[in-house]
Amino acid sequence: MGCAKRIIPCLDVTDGRVVKGINFLELRDAGDPVEIAQRYNDQGADELTFLDITASSDNRDLILHIIERVAEQIFIPLTVGGGVRKVEDVRRLLNAGADKVSINTTAVLNPQVVEDAASRFGSQCIVVAIDAKKVDNQPFEWEVFTHGGRNPTGLDAVKWAQKMVSLGAGELLVTSMDRDGTKIGFNNPLNKAISDAVDVPLIASGGVGNLQHLVDGVTVGGADAVLAASIFHYGEFTVQQAKDYMRQHGLEMR
Amino acid sequence: MSRLQVAIVDYGMGNLRSVANAFKAVAPSISIAVTSDPEQIAQAERVVFPGQGAMPDCIRELDARHLRQAVLEATQQKPFLGICIGLQMLFEHSEEGDVSGLGVYAGEVKRFPHERMVDVHGAKLKVPHMGWSQVHQTQSHAMWSEIPDQARFYYVHSYYVAPNEASLTAATTAYPFDFTGAIARDNVFAVQFHPEKSAGAGLQLLRNFVNWKP
Repeated sequence: MGCAKRIIPCLDVTDGRVVKGINFLELRDAGDPVEIAQRYNDQGADELTFLDITASSDNRDLILHIIERVAEQIFIPLTVGGGVRKVEDVRRLLNAGADKVSINTTAVLNPQVVEDAASRFGSQCIVVAIDAKKVDNQPFEWEVFTHGGRNPTGLDAVKWAQKMVSLGAGELLVTSMDRDGTKIGFNNPLNKAISDAVDVPLIASGGVGNLQHLVDGVTVGGADAVLAASIFHYGEFTVQQAKDYMRQHGLEMR
Repeated sequence: MSRLQVAIVDYGMGNLRSVANAFKAVAPSISIAVTSDPEQIAQAERVVFPGQGAMPDCIRELDARHLRQAVLEATQQKPFLGICIGLQMLFEHSEEGDVSGLGVYAGEVKRFPHERMVDVHGAKLKVPHMGWSQVHQTQSHAMWSEIPDQARFYYVHSYYVAPNEASLTAATTAYPFDFTGAIARDNVFAVQFHPEKSAGAGLQLLRNFVNWKP
């Protein structure tokens, strides 16, 4: 009863191609976005997230063409994030075929964008991405970071999550900067603290190394969905294997 | 202008491209268009009434484009598919913004009540209800053709319809209580979930709509 827990493969896109790398170093071309999206769809992915990591603003529009092509052929929810600065960016991504747009650094620099986008397009399509790191120099446990984890903000991640929901975020994508790329599992205490503090769904991200980590993300961390990149990209596991494993461990899966 | 086989009503709320894309995928040879022209909607063979966002905005934008009459006529005359807010707007009233709907059916659009959002294990259920849930078909219908009972469809909503007449309900979903996931009456079929985002089962429902002869 309820919702199936979602598995969301994440595709990093730059200059119109999907890339993969280890800790964002040595990015290598991993292929055509539509083909890769189709493969994950065929494996039973519940949703897809595209993260635009294009450095040059000249090539930013390429993500729109990718989303257009994917949306013509794949009929599951598509989330796009990366480089969203204005309400107009949200509109263009939605018009290209994104179902949800993820806002990260801009939410911190200009929270009004979250509020304006949610009131204009509906909370259902506004995801706020929160990059958090455990800190010991603050009166709270986890601090929000921006710019891919480089800049501390002084914000308490749990309170920040509540604020984003009050401004209209319909979902939160929580990435543990401590765990990202480590393959030691999600930061479940962080996710649990945020999940308990808000009513909207939480997507856990950062640190997945094996299938038990996905289960723990839900059962220990209280996540409604789990996002993973490398375990799927490198062919260690298929999405179907992940879903089977989670189902065998008592979780409701599609 | 030739007569459309499927008109997707565009009243400026949200992206209707996904709905059009999905119809094109299941029925590549038929004429489909996203339109805000009341005349084109009146002439169309079949009408799809989608919607996302907040219901008060949807009603306001529908009226701003003078589409209320065309939509009401379609509900009386031809195969009609409501999706998400397009289902909710068919009812009399919504708790969302305390707004009146089109009043095609008696009933209320309600918000998931905070105090009841707990599953059988005592875990908190999130609102919006976002994700793939099982759809239990409560009546047999041509629109369910080739779709197994309890197939999963993708939902994203914070409000649900509570029809006064129980016989209107064509499917229920448990979250955690059974709410109406689809309604059916004569030439009208409307769903709370998003068939255009529900992979195989969703595409089959759209295929069934194109072939439906109420």
